[in-house]
Amino acid sequence: MSGNSTYQPQSKVLQWFEKRLPIGGLVHSSFVAYPTPRNLNYWWTFGGILSFMLGVQIVTGIVLAMHYTPHVDFAFKSVEMIMRDVNFGWMLRYLHAYGASMFFFAVYVHMFRGLYYGSYKEPREVLWILGVIIYLLMMATGFMGYVLVWGQMSFWAATVITNLFSAIPGIGETLVTWLWGGYAVGNPTLNRFFSLHYLLPFVIAGVVILHVWALHVAGQNNPAGIEPKSDKDTVPFTPYATSKDAFGLACFCILYAWFVFYIPGYLLNGDNYIPANPAVTPAEIVPEWYYLPFYAILRSIPNKLLGVCALFGSIGILAFLPWLDTSRVKSARYRPTFRQFFWVFVIACVGLGWLGTKPPEGVYVIMSRLLTFYYFAFFIIVLPLLGIFEKTKPLPNSISESVLGAKA
Amino acid sequence: MTTVSSAEHTRRDFLYIATGAVGAVGAAAVLVPLIAQMNPDASTIAAGAPIDVDLGPIADGQIIKVFWRSKPIFISHRTKKEIEDAQNVNLSSLPDPQPDSARVKQGHEQWLVVIGICTHLGCIPLAHQGQYDGWFCPCHGSVYDTAGRIRQGPAPLNLALPPYKFVSDTKIQIG
Repeated sequence: MSGNSTYQPQSKVLQWFEKRLPIGGLVHSSFVAYPTPRNLNYWWTFGGILSFMLGVQIVTGIVLAMHYTPHVDFAFKSVEMIMRDVNFGWMLRYLHAYGASMFFFAVYVHMFRGLYYGSYKEPREVLWILGVIIYLLMMATGFMGYVLVWGQMSFWAATVITNLFSAIPGIGETLVTWLWGGYAVGNPTLNRFFSLHYLLPFVIAGVVILHVWALHVAGQNNPAGIEPKSDKDTVPFTPYATSKDAFGLACFCILYAWFVFYIPGYLLNGDNYIPANPAVTPAEIVPEWYYLPFYAILRSIPNKLLGVCALFGSIGILAFLPWLDTSRVKSARYRPTFRQFFWVFVIACVGLGWLGTKPPEGVYVIMSRLLTFYYFAFFIIVLPLLGIFEKTKPLPNSISESVLGAKA
Repeated sequence: MTTVSSAEHTRRDFLYIATGAVGAVGAAAVLVPLIAQMNPDASTIAAGAPIDVDLGPIADGQIIKVFWRSKPIFISHRTKKEIEDAQNVNLSSLPDPQPDSARVKQGHEQWLVVIGICTHLGCIPLAHQGQYDGWFCPCHGSVYDTAGRIRQGPAPLNLALPPYKFVSDTKIQIG
Protein backbone atom coordinates (compact mmCIF):
# COMPACT_ATOMS: atom_id res chain seq x y z
CA MET A 1 0.00 0.00 0.00
CA SER A 2 1.35 3.42 -0.87
CA GLY A 3 1.48 5.96 1.93
CA ASN A 4 -1.01 8.73 2.33
CA SER A 5 1.41 11.46 1.36
CA THR A 6 -0.80 12.49 -1.58
CA TYR A 7 -3.83 13.04 0.64
CA GLN A 8 -4.16 16.52 2.06
CA PRO A 9 -7.47 17.14 3.78
CA GLN A 10 -8.92 20.54 3.15
CA SER A 11 -10.56 21.52 6.41
CA LYS A 12 -8.86 21.98 9.75
CA VAL A 13 -11.28 19.52 11.34
CA LEU A 14 -10.34 16.79 8.90
CA GLN A 15 -6.64 17.52 9.36
CA TRP A 16 -7.09 17.17 13.14
CA PHE A 17 -8.84 13.84 12.68
CA GLU A 18 -6.38 12.62 10.06
CA LYS A 19 -3.47 13.02 12.48
CA ARG A 20 -5.24 10.79 15.00
CA LEU A 21 -6.84 8.15 12.76
CA PRO A 22 -5.73 8.32 9.14
CA ILE A 23 -8.83 6.69 7.65
CA GLY A 24 -9.12 9.45 5.07
CA GLY A 25 -5.63 8.74 3.81
CA LEU A 26 -6.30 5.01 3.77
CA VAL A 27 -9.47 5.39 1.72
CA HIS A 28 -7.75 7.87 -0.56
CA SER A 29 -4.75 5.67 -1.26
CA SER A 30 -6.85 2.51 -1.64
CA PHE A 31 -9.82 3.71 -3.67
CA VAL A 32 -9.14 7.18 -5.03
CA ALA A 33 -5.51 7.60 -6.01
CA TYR A 34 -4.86 3.83 -6.26
CA PRO A 35 -3.06 3.10 -9.57
CA THR A 36 -5.28 0.82 -11.65
CA PRO A 37 -4.18 -0.80 -14.91
CA ARG A 38 -5.74 1.19 -17.74
CA ASN A 39 -6.74 -1.86 -19.78
CA LEU A 40 -9.19 -3.49 -17.32
CA ASN A 41 -12.36 -4.76 -18.96
CA TYR A 42 -15.81 -5.30 -17.49
CA TRP A 43 -14.89 -8.73 -16.09
CA TRP A 44 -13.01 -6.70 -13.48
CA THR A 45 -16.14 -5.03 -12.15
CA PHE A 46 -17.32 -8.18 -10.39
CA GLY A 47 -15.12 -7.65 -7.34
CA GLY A 48 -16.97 -4.43 -6.57
CA ILE A 49 -20.26 -6.13 -7.38
CA LEU A 50 -19.44 -8.88 -4.89
CA SER A 51 -18.69 -6.38 -2.13
CA PHE A 52 -21.99 -4.68 -2.84
CA MET A 53 -23.87 -7.99 -2.75
CA LEU A 54 -22.28 -8.91 0.57
CA GLY A 55 -23.58 -5.62 1.95
CA VAL A 56 -27.04 -6.27 0.51
CA GLN A 57 -27.17 -9.76 1.99
CA ILE A 58 -26.08 -8.53 5.41
CA VAL A 59 -28.58 -5.64 5.48
CA THR A 60 -31.55 -7.68 4.19
CA GLY A 61 -30.53 -10.59 6.43
CA ILE A 62 -30.39 -8.50 9.60
CA VAL A 63 -33.76 -6.99 8.78
CA LEU A 64 -35.29 -10.41 8.05
CA ALA A 65 -33.88 -11.73 11.34
CA MET A 66 -36.07 -9.18 13.14
CA HIS A 67 -39.12 -11.18 12.03
CA TYR A 68 -37.85 -14.76 11.78
CA THR A 69 -38.25 -17.37 14.53
CA PRO A 70 -35.56 -20.11 14.55
CA HIS A 71 -37.71 -22.84 16.12
CA VAL A 72 -38.98 -25.92 14.25
CA ASP A 73 -42.59 -25.16 15.19
CA PHE A 74 -42.51 -21.54 14.04
CA ALA A 75 -39.79 -21.16 11.41
CA PHE A 76 -41.83 -21.97 8.30
CA LYS A 77 -44.78 -19.91 9.53
CA SER A 78 -42.57 -16.94 10.37
CA VAL A 79 -41.20 -16.92 6.82
CA GLU A 80 -44.74 -16.96 5.43
CA MET A 81 -45.64 -14.19 7.88
CA ILE A 82 -42.74 -12.16 6.54
CA MET A 83 -44.09 -12.70 3.03
CA ARG A 84 -47.65 -11.67 3.91
CA ASP A 85 -47.74 -9.42 6.97
CA VAL A 86 -44.45 -7.60 7.40
CA ASN A 87 -44.30 -4.25 5.61
CA PHE A 88 -42.26 -4.89 2.43
CA GLY A 89 -41.52 -8.34 3.83
CA TRP A 90 -42.13 -10.00 0.45
CA MET A 91 -39.53 -7.72 -1.11
CA LEU A 92 -36.95 -8.25 1.63
CA ARG A 93 -37.36 -12.03 1.39
CA TYR A 94 -36.97 -12.11 -2.38
CA LEU A 95 -34.06 -9.65 -2.23
CA HIS A 96 -32.29 -11.97 0.21
CA ALA A 97 -33.05 -15.22 -1.65
CA TYR A 98 -32.16 -13.86 -5.08
CA GLY A 99 -29.34 -11.89 -3.54
CA ALA A 100 -27.78 -15.23 -2.70
CA SER A 101 -28.17 -16.48 -6.27
CA MET A 102 -26.77 -13.26 -7.73
CA PHE A 103 -23.94 -13.40 -5.18
CA PHE A 104 -22.97 -16.85 -6.44
CA PHE A 105 -23.41 -15.87 -10.09
CA ALA A 106 -21.03 -12.97 -9.54
CA VAL A 107 -18.55 -15.13 -7.65
CA TYR A 108 -18.43 -17.68 -10.47
CA VAL A 109 -17.83 -14.96 -13.06
CA HIS A 110 -15.15 -13.52 -10.75
CA MET A 111 -13.46 -16.92 -10.36
CA PHE A 112 -13.59 -17.74 -14.07
CA ARG A 113 -12.07 -14.32 -14.76
CA GLY A 114 -9.23 -15.19 -12.39
CA LEU A 115 -8.78 -18.55 -14.09
CA TYR A 116 -8.72 -17.08 -17.60
CA TYR A 117 -6.33 -14.22 -16.97
CA GLY A 118 -4.03 -16.04 -14.55
CA SER A 119 -4.81 -13.75 -11.64
CA TYR A 120 -3.83 -16.55 -9.26
CA LYS A 121 -0.20 -16.62 -10.36
CA GLU A 122 2.81 -15.19 -8.61
CA PRO A 123 2.66 -12.82 -6.64
CA ARG A 124 -1.12 -13.25 -6.15
CA GLU A 125 -1.20 -16.79 -4.71
CA VAL A 126 -2.39 -15.72 -1.24
CA LEU A 127 -4.98 -13.43 -2.81
CA TRP A 128 -6.37 -16.45 -4.70
CA ILE A 129 -6.35 -18.71 -1.64
CA LEU A 130 -8.17 -16.07 0.41
CA GLY A 131 -10.71 -16.06 -2.39
CA VAL A 132 -11.14 -19.84 -2.12
CA ILE A 133 -11.70 -19.41 1.62
CA ILE A 134 -14.34 -16.76 0.96
CA TYR A 135 -16.00 -19.11 -1.53
CA LEU A 136 -16.11 -21.95 1.01
CA LEU A 137 -17.58 -19.63 3.63
CA MET A 138 -20.17 -18.48 1.10
CA MET A 139 -21.18 -22.07 0.41
CA ALA A 140 -21.58 -22.81 4.11
CA THR A 141 -23.55 -19.62 4.67
CA GLY A 142 -25.83 -20.24 1.70
CA PHE A 143 -26.49 -23.80 2.77
CA MET A 144 -27.42 -22.84 6.33
CA GLY A 145 -29.58 -19.98 5.13
CA TYR A 146 -31.58 -22.32 2.94
CA VAL A 147 -32.15 -24.68 5.89
CA LEU A 148 -33.66 -21.84 7.93
CA VAL A 149 -36.82 -21.78 5.79
CA TRP A 150 -37.57 -25.24 7.18
CA GLY A 151 -39.43 -26.47 4.12
CA GLN A 152 -39.09 -30.00 2.79
CA MET A 153 -36.00 -29.16 0.74
CA SER A 154 -34.46 -27.29 3.69
CA PHE A 155 -34.85 -30.26 6.02
CA TRP A 156 -33.68 -32.92 3.61
CA ALA A 157 -30.78 -30.83 2.29
CA ALA A 158 -29.69 -30.45 5.92
CA THR A 159 -29.98 -34.21 6.45
CA VAL A 160 -28.04 -35.09 3.30
CA ILE A 161 -25.25 -32.55 3.72
CA THR A 162 -24.68 -33.22 7.42
CA ASN A 163 -24.71 -36.96 6.65
CA LEU A 164 -21.76 -36.40 4.30
CA PHE A 165 -19.57 -36.22 7.37
CA SER A 166 -20.57 -39.73 8.40
CA ALA A 167 -18.34 -40.92 5.56
CA ILE A 168 -15.27 -40.04 7.62
CA PRO A 169 -13.96 -43.34 8.98
CA GLY A 170 -14.02 -43.76 12.73
CA ILE A 171 -15.26 -40.40 13.98
CA GLY A 172 -17.94 -39.93 11.29
CA GLU A 173 -21.03 -40.89 13.28
CA THR A 174 -19.95 -39.02 16.41
CA LEU A 175 -19.20 -35.96 14.34
CA VAL A 176 -22.63 -36.00 12.73
CA THR A 177 -24.38 -36.39 16.10
CA TRP A 178 -22.34 -33.44 17.34
CA LEU A 179 -23.35 -31.37 14.31
CA TRP A 180 -27.00 -32.24 14.73
CA GLY A 181 -27.14 -31.76 18.51
CA GLY A 182 -29.48 -34.76 18.51
CA TYR A 183 -30.20 -38.08 16.84
CA ALA A 184 -31.38 -36.44 13.63
CA VAL A 185 -31.74 -32.97 12.14
CA GLY A 186 -34.07 -31.14 14.53
CA ASN A 187 -34.56 -28.03 16.60
CA PRO A 188 -30.99 -27.87 17.98
CA THR A 189 -29.71 -28.06 14.41
CA LEU A 190 -31.98 -25.28 13.22
CA ASN A 191 -31.06 -23.02 16.14
CA ARG A 192 -27.33 -23.37 15.66
CA PHE A 193 -27.62 -22.93 11.89
CA PHE A 194 -29.38 -19.62 12.56
CA SER A 195 -26.62 -18.48 14.88
CA LEU A 196 -23.88 -19.49 12.42
CA HIS A 197 -25.74 -18.09 9.41
CA TYR A 198 -25.79 -14.72 11.20
CA LEU A 199 -22.10 -15.02 12.11
CA LEU A 200 -20.44 -16.24 8.92
CA PRO A 201 -21.19 -13.21 6.72
CA PHE A 202 -19.16 -11.10 9.13
CA VAL A 203 -16.34 -13.64 8.94
CA ILE A 204 -16.63 -13.36 5.16
CA ALA A 205 -16.39 -9.57 5.49
CA GLY A 206 -13.19 -9.96 7.50
CA VAL A 207 -11.64 -12.29 4.92
CA VAL A 208 -12.74 -9.89 2.17
CA ILE A 209 -10.75 -7.16 3.89
CA LEU A 210 -7.70 -9.43 3.85
CA HIS A 211 -8.47 -10.26 0.20
CA VAL A 212 -8.53 -6.56 -0.79
CA TRP A 213 -5.41 -5.91 1.26
CA ALA A 214 -3.57 -8.76 -0.50
CA LEU A 215 -4.82 -7.38 -3.80
CA HIS A 216 -3.50 -3.92 -3.09
CA VAL A 217 -0.09 -5.24 -2.10
CA ALA A 218 0.39 -6.97 -5.44
CA GLY A 219 -1.71 -4.62 -7.53
CA GLN A 220 -4.45 -5.77 -9.84
CA ASN A 221 -3.86 -8.21 -12.67
CA ASN A 222 -5.08 -7.06 -16.08
CA PRO A 223 -6.22 -8.61 -19.38
CA ALA A 224 -2.70 -8.55 -20.82
CA GLY A 225 -1.28 -10.37 -17.82
CA ILE A 226 1.82 -8.18 -17.66
CA GLU A 227 2.58 -5.96 -14.70
CA PRO A 228 2.40 -2.16 -14.99
CA LYS A 229 5.85 -0.76 -15.78
CA SER A 230 5.26 2.99 -15.55
CA ASP A 231 2.67 5.58 -14.69
CA LYS A 232 1.45 5.47 -18.29
CA ASP A 233 0.17 1.97 -17.67
CA THR A 234 -2.18 2.99 -14.87
CA VAL A 235 -4.99 5.44 -14.12
CA PRO A 236 -6.26 6.53 -10.72
CA PHE A 237 -8.98 4.27 -9.36
CA THR A 238 -11.36 7.22 -8.95
CA PRO A 239 -12.94 8.25 -11.30
CA TYR A 240 -12.04 5.57 -13.84
CA ALA A 241 -12.55 2.28 -12.05
CA THR A 242 -15.18 3.77 -9.74
CA SER A 243 -17.42 4.77 -12.62
CA LYS A 244 -16.79 1.54 -14.53
CA ASP A 245 -17.69 -0.46 -11.40
CA ALA A 246 -20.78 1.67 -10.87
CA PHE A 247 -21.98 1.05 -14.43
CA GLY A 248 -21.29 -2.67 -14.18
CA LEU A 249 -23.13 -2.72 -10.87
CA ALA A 250 -26.12 -0.94 -12.36
CA CYS A 251 -26.42 -3.51 -15.18
CA PHE A 252 -26.02 -6.31 -12.65
CA CYS A 253 -28.74 -4.82 -10.47
CA ILE A 254 -31.11 -4.69 -13.45
CA LEU A 255 -30.78 -8.46 -13.77
CA TYR A 256 -31.17 -8.82 -9.99
CA ALA A 257 -34.28 -6.63 -9.95
CA TRP A 258 -35.71 -8.57 -12.90
CA PHE A 259 -35.71 -11.74 -10.80
CA VAL A 260 -36.95 -10.11 -7.60
CA PHE A 261 -39.85 -8.19 -9.10
CA TYR A 262 -40.91 -10.08 -12.24
CA ILE A 263 -40.05 -13.77 -11.84
CA PRO A 264 -39.56 -14.37 -8.11
CA GLY A 265 -40.69 -17.97 -8.36
CA TYR A 266 -38.20 -18.91 -11.05
CA LEU A 267 -35.38 -20.30 -8.95
CA LEU A 268 -37.33 -21.27 -5.84
CA ASN A 269 -37.98 -25.01 -5.51
CA GLY A 270 -41.70 -25.76 -5.11
CA ASP A 271 -40.99 -28.48 -2.55
CA ASN A 272 -39.73 -25.86 -0.16
CA TYR A 273 -43.22 -24.46 0.17
CA ILE A 274 -44.17 -27.69 1.97
CA PRO A 275 -43.39 -27.56 5.72
CA ALA A 276 -40.59 -29.92 6.72
CA ASN A 277 -41.74 -33.50 7.31
CA PRO A 278 -39.10 -35.75 8.92
CA ALA A 279 -41.07 -38.85 7.85
CA VAL A 280 -41.24 -38.22 4.08
CA THR A 281 -38.33 -37.54 1.72
CA PRO A 282 -39.27 -35.71 -1.49
CA ALA A 283 -38.96 -37.70 -4.72
CA GLU A 284 -36.19 -35.47 -6.05
CA ILE A 285 -33.76 -33.73 -3.75
CA VAL A 286 -32.07 -30.93 -5.63
CA PRO A 287 -29.84 -28.27 -4.12
CA GLU A 288 -29.87 -24.65 -5.28
CA TRP A 289 -28.35 -24.16 -8.73
CA TYR A 290 -24.99 -22.89 -7.43
CA TYR A 291 -24.25 -26.26 -5.77
CA LEU A 292 -25.36 -28.41 -8.70
CA PRO A 293 -21.93 -29.05 -10.31
CA PHE A 294 -20.54 -30.35 -7.04
CA TYR A 295 -23.69 -32.36 -6.45
CA ALA A 296 -23.14 -34.04 -9.82
CA ILE A 297 -19.51 -34.78 -8.95
CA LEU A 298 -20.57 -36.30 -5.63
CA ARG A 299 -23.13 -38.59 -7.23
CA SER A 300 -20.88 -39.70 -10.06
CA ILE A 301 -18.59 -41.65 -7.70
CA PRO A 302 -20.19 -44.94 -6.61
CA ASN A 303 -18.24 -45.16 -3.32
CA LYS A 304 -19.56 -43.11 -0.34
CA LEU A 305 -16.23 -41.99 1.10
CA LEU A 306 -14.60 -41.40 -2.28
CA GLY A 307 -17.64 -39.45 -3.42
CA VAL A 308 -17.33 -37.15 -0.41
CA CYS A 309 -13.60 -36.81 -1.04
CA ALA A 310 -14.30 -35.91 -4.67
CA LEU A 311 -16.84 -33.33 -3.57
CA PHE A 312 -14.52 -31.56 -1.13
CA GLY A 313 -11.55 -32.19 -3.38
CA SER A 314 -13.21 -30.46 -6.31
CA ILE A 315 -13.28 -27.24 -4.28
CA GLY A 316 -10.07 -27.80 -2.39
CA ILE A 317 -8.07 -28.31 -5.57
CA LEU A 318 -8.68 -24.66 -6.39
CA ALA A 319 -6.34 -23.68 -3.58
CA PHE A 320 -3.45 -25.44 -5.33
CA LEU A 321 -4.06 -23.78 -8.67
CA PRO A 322 -1.12 -21.33 -8.43
CA TRP A 323 1.26 -24.29 -8.27
CA LEU A 324 -0.57 -26.63 -10.65
CA ASP A 325 -0.39 -24.14 -13.50
CA THR A 326 3.25 -24.06 -14.48
CA SER A 327 2.99 -21.52 -17.28
CA ARG A 328 4.85 -18.24 -16.83
CA VAL A 329 2.41 -16.47 -19.12
CA LYS A 330 -0.55 -15.21 -17.14
CA SER A 331 -3.29 -14.20 -19.53
CA ALA A 332 -5.17 -16.64 -21.76
CA ARG A 333 -5.04 -13.93 -24.45
CA TYR A 334 -1.54 -15.13 -25.22
CA ARG A 335 -2.13 -18.83 -24.50
CA PRO A 336 -4.18 -20.21 -27.42
CA THR A 337 -4.08 -23.87 -26.32
CA PHE A 338 -4.95 -23.07 -22.74
CA ARG A 339 -7.86 -20.98 -23.99
CA GLN A 340 -9.42 -24.00 -25.68
CA PHE A 341 -9.06 -26.20 -22.61
CA PHE A 342 -10.47 -23.33 -20.52
CA TRP A 343 -13.67 -23.05 -22.53
CA VAL A 344 -14.15 -26.82 -22.45
CA PHE A 345 -13.73 -26.53 -18.69
CA VAL A 346 -16.45 -23.87 -18.53
CA ILE A 347 -18.76 -26.09 -20.61
CA ALA A 348 -17.90 -29.02 -18.32
CA CYS A 349 -18.88 -27.00 -15.24
CA VAL A 350 -22.16 -25.91 -16.80
CA GLY A 351 -22.74 -29.48 -17.98
CA LEU A 352 -22.11 -30.84 -14.50
CA GLY A 353 -24.59 -28.28 -13.21
CA TRP A 354 -27.22 -29.49 -15.67
CA LEU A 355 -26.48 -33.11 -14.80
CA GLY A 356 -27.03 -32.25 -11.13
CA THR A 357 -30.70 -31.72 -11.90
CA LYS A 358 -31.06 -35.11 -13.56
CA PRO A 359 -31.71 -38.40 -11.75
CA PRO A 360 -28.48 -40.40 -11.29
CA GLU A 361 -29.24 -43.18 -13.79
CA GLY A 362 -28.43 -44.32 -17.31
CA VAL A 363 -26.61 -41.96 -19.67
CA TYR A 364 -26.56 -39.19 -17.06
CA VAL A 365 -24.22 -41.21 -14.86
CA ILE A 366 -21.83 -41.84 -17.75
CA MET A 367 -21.82 -38.16 -18.68
CA SER A 368 -21.29 -37.10 -15.05
CA ARG A 369 -18.30 -39.42 -14.75
CA LEU A 370 -16.79 -38.13 -17.99
CA LEU A 371 -17.18 -34.51 -16.99
CA THR A 372 -15.93 -35.17 -13.44
CA PHE A 373 -12.88 -36.80 -14.97
CA TYR A 374 -12.31 -33.75 -17.18
CA TYR A 375 -12.79 -31.41 -14.20
CA PHE A 376 -9.97 -33.05 -12.24
CA ALA A 377 -7.85 -33.76 -15.31
CA PHE A 378 -7.95 -30.05 -16.17
CA PHE A 379 -6.27 -29.18 -12.88
CA ILE A 380 -4.00 -32.18 -12.37
CA ILE A 381 -2.95 -33.09 -15.93
CA VAL A 382 -3.70 -30.30 -18.39
CA LEU A 383 -2.48 -27.25 -16.48
CA PRO A 384 0.85 -28.65 -15.34
CA LEU A 385 1.65 -30.00 -18.81
CA LEU A 386 0.53 -26.90 -20.69
CA GLY A 387 3.07 -24.80 -18.90
CA ILE A 388 5.81 -26.99 -20.28
CA PHE A 389 4.59 -27.72 -23.79
CA GLU A 390 2.39 -24.81 -24.81
CA LYS A 391 3.51 -22.40 -27.51
CA THR A 392 2.42 -19.00 -26.21
CA LYS A 393 1.94 -15.85 -28.29
CA PRO A 394 4.49 -13.04 -27.80
CA LEU A 395 3.61 -10.66 -24.98
CA PRO A 396 3.24 -6.91 -25.59
CA ASN A 397 5.97 -4.66 -24.22
CA SER A 398 3.72 -2.82 -21.84
CA ILE A 399 0.09 -2.37 -20.89
CA SER A 400 -0.17 1.06 -22.50
CA GLU A 401 1.30 -0.37 -25.69
CA SER A 402 -1.28 -3.13 -25.77
CA VAL A 403 -4.04 -0.54 -25.34
CA LEU A 404 -2.79 2.46 -27.29
CA GLY A 405 -0.65 0.70 -29.86
CA ALA A 406 3.04 1.28 -30.56
CA LYS A 407 2.62 5.07 -30.49
CA ALA A 408 2.27 4.90 -26.69
CA MET B 1 -8.09 14.13 -8.69
CA THR B 2 -6.84 16.91 -10.94
CA THR B 3 -8.44 20.31 -10.39
CA VAL B 4 -10.23 22.12 -13.19
CA SER B 5 -10.62 25.87 -13.37
CA SER B 6 -14.27 26.44 -12.58
CA ALA B 7 -14.81 29.43 -14.77
CA GLU B 8 -17.72 27.67 -16.54
CA HIS B 9 -19.75 24.59 -15.75
CA THR B 10 -18.47 21.64 -17.70
CA ARG B 11 -20.25 18.54 -18.85
CA ARG B 12 -18.35 16.68 -16.17
CA ASP B 13 -19.89 18.94 -13.50
CA PHE B 14 -23.34 18.21 -14.88
CA LEU B 15 -22.68 14.47 -14.88
CA TYR B 16 -21.39 14.54 -11.31
CA ILE B 17 -24.38 16.49 -10.04
CA ALA B 18 -26.89 14.41 -12.01
CA THR B 19 -25.36 11.15 -10.81
CA GLY B 20 -25.28 12.43 -7.27
CA ALA B 21 -28.92 13.46 -7.42
CA VAL B 22 -30.06 10.12 -8.82
CA GLY B 23 -27.92 8.37 -6.26
CA ALA B 24 -29.51 10.38 -3.45
CA VAL B 25 -33.02 9.52 -4.67
CA GLY B 26 -31.97 5.87 -4.92
CA ALA B 27 -30.55 5.90 -1.41
CA ALA B 28 -33.79 7.36 -0.05
CA ALA B 29 -35.78 4.76 -1.96
CA VAL B 30 -33.68 2.01 -0.41
CA LEU B 31 -34.23 3.38 3.08
CA VAL B 32 -38.05 3.40 2.81
CA PRO B 33 -38.65 -0.36 3.00
CA LEU B 34 -35.79 -0.92 5.43
CA ILE B 35 -37.30 1.51 7.91
CA ALA B 36 -40.95 0.66 7.17
CA GLN B 37 -40.46 -3.02 7.89
CA MET B 38 -39.94 -2.23 11.58
CA ASN B 39 -43.44 -0.72 11.84
CA PRO B 40 -46.19 -3.04 13.17
CA ASP B 41 -46.95 -5.68 10.56
CA ALA B 42 -50.41 -6.64 9.28
CA SER B 43 -50.92 -9.42 11.81
CA THR B 44 -50.10 -7.12 14.73
CA ILE B 45 -52.46 -4.46 13.41
CA ALA B 46 -55.18 -7.09 12.92
CA ALA B 47 -54.71 -8.28 16.49
CA GLY B 48 -55.32 -4.68 17.62
CA ALA B 49 -58.83 -4.53 16.16
CA PRO B 50 -61.68 -3.32 18.43
CA ILE B 51 -62.91 -5.77 21.08
CA ASP B 52 -66.35 -6.20 22.66
CA VAL B 53 -66.60 -6.50 26.45
CA ASP B 54 -69.77 -7.77 28.18
CA LEU B 55 -70.42 -5.65 31.26
CA GLY B 56 -73.18 -7.94 32.63
CA PRO B 57 -71.04 -10.14 34.89
CA ILE B 58 -69.24 -7.18 36.51
CA ALA B 59 -70.71 -6.66 40.00
CA ASP B 60 -71.24 -3.30 41.70
CA GLY B 61 -67.84 -2.07 42.99
CA GLN B 62 -65.89 -4.64 40.95
CA ILE B 63 -63.00 -3.69 38.67
CA ILE B 64 -61.87 -5.99 35.83
CA LYS B 65 -58.84 -5.85 33.56
CA VAL B 66 -58.91 -6.58 29.82
CA PHE B 67 -56.13 -6.21 27.24
CA TRP B 68 -56.50 -4.20 24.08
CA ARG B 69 -53.50 -3.52 21.79
CA SER B 70 -51.35 -5.09 24.50
CA LYS B 71 -52.40 -2.39 26.98
CA PRO B 72 -54.30 -3.19 30.25
CA ILE B 73 -57.73 -1.53 30.41
CA PHE B 74 -59.46 -1.07 33.81
CA ILE B 75 -63.26 -1.37 33.63
CA SER B 76 -64.67 -0.17 36.96
CA HIS B 77 -68.36 -0.68 37.93
CA ARG B 78 -68.42 2.27 40.34
CA THR B 79 -70.60 2.32 43.45
CA LYS B 80 -72.83 5.30 44.22
CA LYS B 81 -70.29 6.56 46.79
CA GLU B 82 -67.39 6.30 44.31
CA ILE B 83 -69.36 8.31 41.74
CA GLU B 84 -70.22 11.00 44.28
CA ASP B 85 -66.61 11.24 45.51
CA ALA B 86 -65.47 11.64 41.91
CA GLN B 87 -68.01 14.35 41.12
CA ASN B 88 -67.70 16.45 44.33
CA VAL B 89 -64.14 17.67 43.78
CA ASN B 90 -62.68 21.16 43.62
CA LEU B 91 -61.16 21.06 40.12
CA SER B 92 -58.47 23.63 40.95
CA SER B 93 -56.99 21.23 43.48
CA LEU B 94 -56.28 18.63 40.79
CA PRO B 95 -52.78 18.43 39.25
CA ASP B 96 -54.49 17.60 35.90
CA PRO B 97 -57.95 19.24 36.18
CA GLN B 98 -60.74 17.30 34.50
CA PRO B 99 -64.38 16.96 35.63
CA ASP B 100 -65.71 13.44 36.18
CA SER B 101 -68.29 14.01 33.45
CA ALA B 102 -65.48 14.31 30.88
CA ARG B 103 -64.16 10.88 31.82
CA VAL B 104 -67.37 8.82 31.52
CA LYS B 105 -70.14 8.47 28.94
CA GLN B 106 -73.33 10.40 29.65
CA GLY B 107 -76.01 8.16 31.13
CA HIS B 108 -73.41 5.52 32.03
CA GLU B 109 -71.65 7.29 34.92
CA GLN B 110 -71.24 4.03 36.84
CA TRP B 111 -68.82 2.72 34.22
CA LEU B 112 -65.24 4.04 34.26
CA VAL B 113 -63.04 2.73 31.42
CA VAL B 114 -59.38 3.83 31.62
CA ILE B 115 -56.02 2.58 30.40
CA GLY B 116 -54.35 1.01 33.45
CA ILE B 117 -50.87 2.40 32.89
CA CYS B 118 -49.46 4.90 35.35
CA THR B 119 -48.70 8.11 33.47
CA HIS B 120 -45.40 8.47 35.33
CA LEU B 121 -43.19 5.63 34.06
CA GLY B 122 -45.63 2.92 33.00
CA CYS B 123 -46.32 0.55 35.92
CA ILE B 124 -49.82 -0.88 36.48
CA PRO B 125 -51.50 0.78 39.52
CA LEU B 126 -53.24 -1.33 42.17
CA ALA B 127 -57.03 -1.02 42.57
CA HIS B 128 -58.96 0.05 45.69
CA GLN B 129 -55.87 1.55 47.29
CA GLY B 130 -54.65 4.98 48.22
CA GLN B 131 -56.45 7.55 50.34
CA TYR B 132 -59.10 8.27 47.64
CA ASP B 133 -59.98 4.56 47.33
CA GLY B 134 -59.02 4.76 43.63
CA TRP B 135 -55.66 3.38 42.48
CA PHE B 136 -52.18 3.46 43.96
CA CYS B 137 -49.03 2.91 41.92
CA PRO B 138 -46.44 1.01 43.98
CA CYS B 139 -43.48 1.97 41.82
CA HIS B 140 -43.14 5.62 42.83
CA GLY B 141 -46.25 6.32 44.93
CA SER B 142 -48.70 8.02 42.57
CA VAL B 143 -52.25 8.14 43.93
CA TYR B 144 -55.35 8.18 41.64
CA ASP B 145 -59.00 8.79 42.64
CA THR B 146 -62.20 6.93 41.68
CA ALA B 147 -62.23 8.74 38.33
CA GLY B 148 -58.65 7.69 37.62
CA ARG B 149 -57.38 11.24 38.07
CA ILE B 150 -53.93 11.88 39.53
CA ARG B 151 -54.07 13.36 43.02
CA GLN B 152 -50.63 12.95 44.56
CA GLY B 153 -47.26 11.67 43.48
CA PRO B 154 -44.97 12.13 40.47
CA ALA B 155 -47.41 11.16 37.71
CA PRO B 156 -48.19 14.24 35.58
CA LEU B 157 -51.51 13.23 33.96
CA ASN B 158 -54.77 11.40 34.72
CA LEU B 159 -55.07 7.78 33.63
CA ALA B 160 -55.61 7.87 29.87
CA LEU B 161 -59.00 7.12 28.28
CA PRO B 162 -59.17 4.53 25.47
CA PRO B 163 -61.58 5.06 22.61
CA TYR B 164 -64.78 3.15 23.40
CA LYS B 165 -68.53 3.25 22.93
CA PHE B 166 -71.64 1.56 24.31
CA VAL B 167 -73.16 -0.81 21.76
CA SER B 168 -75.85 -1.62 24.31
CA ASP B 169 -76.41 -0.90 27.98
CA THR B 170 -74.39 -3.99 28.96
CA LYS B 171 -71.76 -4.12 26.23
CA ILE B 172 -68.98 -1.78 25.21
CA GLN B 173 -66.66 -1.87 22.22
CA ILE B 174 -63.12 -0.73 22.98
CA GLY B 175 -61.10 0.58 20.01
